[in-house]
Amino acid sequence: MSVVLNSEEVQQVLSKMSEQIRVSASEGEDIAFIGIRSRGEILAERLSEMLSELLGIEVPCGTLDITLYRDDLNSPSGDWQPVVRTTEIGFNIDEKLIILVDDVLYTGRSTRAALDALIDLGRPKSIRLAVLVDRRGREFPIQADYFGVKSDVQPGKSVKVNLVESDGKDEVVIE
Amino acid sequence: MLGLRDLDVSEINHILDTAEGFEQISTRSVKKAPPLRGKVVANLFFEDSTRTRNSFTLAADRLSADVIEFTQKMSSVSKGETFLDTARNLEAMGVDIVVVRHVASGASRLLSRSISACVVNAGGGFCEHPTQGLLDIYTIRKIKKSLEGLKIGIVGDIAHSRVARSDIWGMSKLGAEVILVGPPTLMPPKVDELPVSVSYSLDDVLEELDVINMLRIQFERMGGNPFPSVREYSHFYGLTGERMQKAKDDILVMHPGPINRGVEIESEVADGKNSVILEQVKNGLAVRMAVLFLVNQAAAEKA
Repeated sequence: MSVVLNSEEVQQVLSKMSEQIRVSASEGEDIAFIGIRSRGEILAERLSEMLSELLGIEVPCGTLDITLYRDDLNSPSGDWQPVVRTTEIGFNIDEKLIILVDDVLYTGRSTRAALDALIDLGRPKSIRLAVLVDRRGREFPIQADYFGVKSDVQPGKSVKVNLVESDGKDEVVIE
Repeated sequence: MLGLRDLDVSEINHILDTAEGFEQISTRSVKKAPPLRGKVVANLFFEDSTRTRNSFTLAADRLSADVIEFTQKMSSVSKGETFLDTARNLEAMGVDIVVVRHVASGASRLLSRSISACVVNAGGGFCEHPTQGLLDIYTIRKIKKSLEGLKIGIVGDIAHSRVARSDIWGMSKLGAEVILVGPPTLMPPKVDELPVSVSYSLDDVLEELDVINMLRIQFERMGGNPFPSVREYSHFYGLTGERMQKAKDDILVMHPGPINRGVEIESEVADGKNSVILEQVKNGLAVRMAVLFLVNQAAAEKA
């Protein structure tokens, strides 16, 4: 196991990302964060708080469950059983700039599922992707607009994002 | 998915938790999700039903499945085909999930042993109606948070009610105390073997109930005269506005439908502030989506 980001560094890259989001968003743009369950949900909440502070306005934040949109529902592998959870988005996504947040971008399949799920909820003005770890190994033509750290880990290893809210400690490790 | 009697507490809770995730599909702009895309669901109804059949059809539609509607009247069964042959023919067309309602109690079990498609029991004989039981429990859990320790009265024609059977198994497993209320002639045989207590007087138990589920008198299934007159039945077992005065302020009034207004329940109660009857119908859709999704998932894992 090796540590990619320690607790302090996680905080640093998140604040760097929120700054990038602030800079790239044009004046008067209606921004909202949507996190993919479950780690993305926590990261989206943190980013929306940081951006709310930078902009001095409340930036809304929601949670998306993508289980029903996954492309591997009919070919489950032994250790993975789909659990459907709720999508909680308390605002209308129409005409908003949606920042979709996930912990790790790897194959791009989760992002594909999330895009389909979002489109069924409405018609955002645009959707951008923010991830804490941008891992090499894309299977779909999907790229992150904002990332915390790039990682070039061999297939077979796993990149794990631990967060205070869910795991007691902020940390990105390779196992 | 044949009955709640066969499921354990964690399985029941898993279905209910999953249903929560499906509830919001019905409230958003695109009321459809793709998990059953390319799957075929056959609604095999050998007995009349509007609510349950439409609910299953809509649930399957919202999960993007294709649906075959089968009712006995417009089928080869009226030309003499047997139940199993009908089912096997549908299976040969590539049906993945069969939703079955039949007058005979064991029909869904027989079917599940005879075909390889998944079978969901949508009500069989006097035995079980599991999705109705689940939606009743889901509705209670949503409002009261938990069934643990609740006193739930099921009132009326218990003997002919498959809803009551599923309610009894499911609710008692989740820790509720179930009290059956009705005239002795409408109690099921071997009632002492069920996890329930029995009362022959609604007035005796009404004030302690947290939930009351009013069942319809199923005149069409009745032989003989279980009570002297409908008026007398309503007098003793009907849920009237006057009777509601005695009940807890936050009692939930439920009814599986169809309602016979003025017999088991008065209109002012059925439409009153304690009534969750239409909530039940709404929740039924989410519960049936969850059941269809989970049986398909279970089949995918077996394959």
